[in-house]
Amino acid sequence: MNEWSKAISNFTADLGASGTYSGHRGLQIEEPLLFERDSEGRCGVDLPAPPKAKNRLGTNARKGRIGLPGISEPEIVRHFTRLSQKNYAIDTGLYPLGSCTMKHNPRLNEKMARLAGFADIHPLQPVSTVQGALAVIDQLAHWLKVLTGMPAVAMSPAAGAHGELCGMMAIRAAHQAKGETRNKVLVAESAHGTNPATAAACGFTVEAVPANARGRVDLAALKAQLGPDVAAVMLTNPNTCGLFETEIREISDAVHAAGAYFYCDGANFNAIVGRVRPADLGVDVMHINLHKTFSTPHGGGGPGAGPVVLAAALAPFAPLPWVVHGKNGFEVLEKAEGAATQALGRLKGFHGQMGMFVRALAYMMSHGADGLRQVASDAVLNANYVLAGLKDDLTAPFEGPCMHEALFDDRFLKDTGVTTLDVAKALIDEGFHPMTMYFPLVVHGALLIEPTETESKATLDRFIGVLKALAAEAREGKVDKFRAAPTLTPRRRLDETSAARQPVLRWKPEEPARTAAE
Amino acid sequence: MRYLPLTEAERREMLVAIGVPSVDALFRDVPKAAWRDEPFDLPPHQGELEVERALARLAAQNVPAGSVPSFLGAGAYRHHVPATVDHIIQRGEFMTSYTPYQPEVTQGTLQYLFEFQTQVALITGMDVANASMYDGASATAEAVMMANRVTRRSRAVLSGGLHPHYRETTETNARFAGVTIVAADPHPEADEDLAALIDDKTSCVVVQNPDFFGRIRDYSALAAAAHAKGALLVVVVSEIVSLGAITPPGEMGADIVAAEGQSIGNPLTFGGPHVGLFATRDKYVRQMPGRLVGQTVDADGRRGWVLTLSTREQHIRREKATSNICTNSGLCALAFTIHMSLLGEIGFTGLAEINHAHASLLAEKLESVPGVTVLNDSFFNEFTMALPKPAADVVEALVGHGVLAGVPVSRLYPDRPELKNLLLVAATETNTEADMDTFAAKLQEVLR
Repeated sequence: MNEWSKAISNFTADLGASGTYSGHRGLQIEEPLLFERDSEGRCGVDLPAPPKAKNRLGTNARKGRIGLPGISEPEIVRHFTRLSQKNYAIDTGLYPLGSCTMKHNPRLNEKMARLAGFADIHPLQPVSTVQGALAVIDQLAHWLKVLTGMPAVAMSPAAGAHGELCGMMAIRAAHQAKGETRNKVLVAESAHGTNPATAAACGFTVEAVPANARGRVDLAALKAQLGPDVAAVMLTNPNTCGLFETEIREISDAVHAAGAYFYCDGANFNAIVGRVRPADLGVDVMHINLHKTFSTPHGGGGPGAGPVVLAAALAPFAPLPWVVHGKNGFEVLEKAEGAATQALGRLKGFHGQMGMFVRALAYMMSHGADGLRQVASDAVLNANYVLAGLKDDLTAPFEGPCMHEALFDDRFLKDTGVTTLDVAKALIDEGFHPMTMYFPLVVHGALLIEPTETESKATLDRFIGVLKALAAEAREGKVDKFRAAPTLTPRRRLDETSAARQPVLRWKPEEPARTAAE
Repeated sequence: MRYLPLTEAERREMLVAIGVPSVDALFRDVPKAAWRDEPFDLPPHQGELEVERALARLAAQNVPAGSVPSFLGAGAYRHHVPATVDHIIQRGEFMTSYTPYQPEVTQGTLQYLFEFQTQVALITGMDVANASMYDGASATAEAVMMANRVTRRSRAVLSGGLHPHYRETTETNARFAGVTIVAADPHPEADEDLAALIDDKTSCVVVQNPDFFGRIRDYSALAAAAHAKGALLVVVVSEIVSLGAITPPGEMGADIVAAEGQSIGNPLTFGGPHVGLFATRDKYVRQMPGRLVGQTVDADGRRGWVLTLSTREQHIRREKATSNICTNSGLCALAFTIHMSLLGEIGFTGLAEINHAHASLLAEKLESVPGVTVLNDSFFNEFTMALPKPAADVVEALVGHGVLAGVPVSRLYPDRPELKNLLLVAATETNTEADMDTFAAKLQEVLR
């Protein structure tokens, strides 16, 4: 064996010994900022020469440099490719973030969204030239209405939290239209973190509804809090403990008896889609995160889309624009007139997240009514399999079964010196993205695991095995290992405190030594 | 169903491990009244080929802007996006990653967002920018809410030159937050005296540059007038390429910039998803809405990035948060960052120069059509024309001639009959001189 083949064989032996799920031993890529390149005079695009024409900018032409670096196309490709290699993603492995729902993102959806007939159309083209786009909006609206049992849907909200805002505005407008001044909103402790901020943004005061020992809304407490000043109750179902609100009908009946509306946060809709219609639970309004249930990519945090389904009483308040059936095909109602006189107004520019609509519709069509029902079944089955696999090693705060996510607390770490954060970081070295930590706040040191329906049994077995082993190591007192983790990542644990104390939010050119000395 | 990996045998095995007889048993917390055994009235699953065919049929019912001479703007612009941009954003490590809550395994996302924040701050001439918002309209509404927090006042003055969608979005948010909005009339020619509308309850004045009608203004004096009365100046930019050619808001004394970034790196996509840009002064950073990435060091002292200043946000401050927003337009911001880096100083200013030259050439050609008047004294890549008849009719007639002519002002202001003959026309680097000649010739035919 010559030196070369020896080196190669050692190298592959090392890889084999990595023992991590992804097969990586970390990617130690160093990549400077775009702005740290000596680059004046370069450009990564070829632009045609401008034609001769009169300058009509007036007196406000830009003077002086902007300060953007000039970089060639090959260097840009390497820069961003290298950055991508420093990311974990659903395409590279399990991403079990509870309440965030990271599932397979089919590339068919991307291909469809990029068809010129969808990607290259202007929102203000004559409606006669965008009938296919309006048909997509109409069809998607139809699927959402059938799946939720609700009569109306507002399509324009740009994200889940935007949908919440839309729903709560509709509630406020509906009360105002009846001449009622109800100013209080009750928010379940087990609801999503955005709910209180949303209610406040609509001018409501917020009061929390406690959870009971079973991790559900405390019905007696809720009834005691309901009164003529309450405009709405906001809760998430399945809730953020991964549990179905068993008394949901009693809750909605009590809310309605008090003259209030019932807002359900639909972030966890994938747990019940095709099996349970929110309308049958007494829900008046609910947003649907298209990226969560219908698999549009998260893209490092967005964009999302948050259509809102509405009961008949709230439908007239849906924000503009509305896509309606007219005598010459689809029309777009863009102003408050006719049937839309009570409409909220606008929540964003143009018609909503068309690119997300196409992706979600492609996903729905691929699954069909049968497949979507199976989605909910498999999501719940996978989560319960994780719960069953780990309940003897980790501590589950509530009796099962769970819905699409399994919740654990940190009692299993008691007296070990290891924290929830340490476990999450140790998981990274094992090749897995961590679960959601410290949320929901209902339990101490929460670990919320959502495997989703697109993970195989083999992946779940590996994940369960790794967590069992980590729990054993914690019990054995291997605190140093946990404290040091992660060690195989491009960066070790980052100092978030100093980042917040002395915020550096952009790159700035280094000051010349002379100026700095002065 | 190819997206679902479990086999029937595995499902049975897993149910045994869980200790329940069926999946239905796992749904036992659902009240029986809400239980639905029958399938929903929707089509069954389809294969990739069928879905492609069905959606391609719908796509074919639309007229893509790139397939005909097209001159629409009004807040969404068709620019050429280099092939590299879409290729890189489709890398799974970017596209299928989540919010970077675990910084050690998301340094890629965090670094590009830091670069994005820097680019936005540089081109707007501001100190600091966030990691993006939903779009320009919602960013404007958030800017007004932020000005209220900073000044502890609740009256906003909006220019008549503000994009009507931005105004309406701001009004919707203001209505529920108890904010008073004073909006000046839209007018493509008159100079409005916004300084006169500022009183001691005014939190901010919101102007757009170039404005909805395409005019470019110097807002330095207005900034001084606002500051003298304790109010902030919010400058809105709906065509971000303009900042390659004109004085940035930061140099005019803006306190907040709310902008639409779609023009860089992002297709039209019928109006969304787009990417809202948001920038401000250092002193107001803790009142800024949205996500922020900051520089820090790791346990070994090496430079790295994290999400920061989250104590402003909804998941920490709940009802006292600066905003209920808990996302950004991450992937659109990435497209923006890549395109902007490809352009660099030379490319960004060069792109702006071509856009302006094309629009100027287009104005010249259209002005020569009998009955057409260009109303702007100044413009970047978009201007307003007065036609001898209703602009909506002219645009509809031109569709029959294979031209997407522009945006009739009446589409956005149906309640303003005095604006019904006005047409907003935009040109970018994608419009050839032949496109412009076709437009002018067909316009002449339609007006005859």
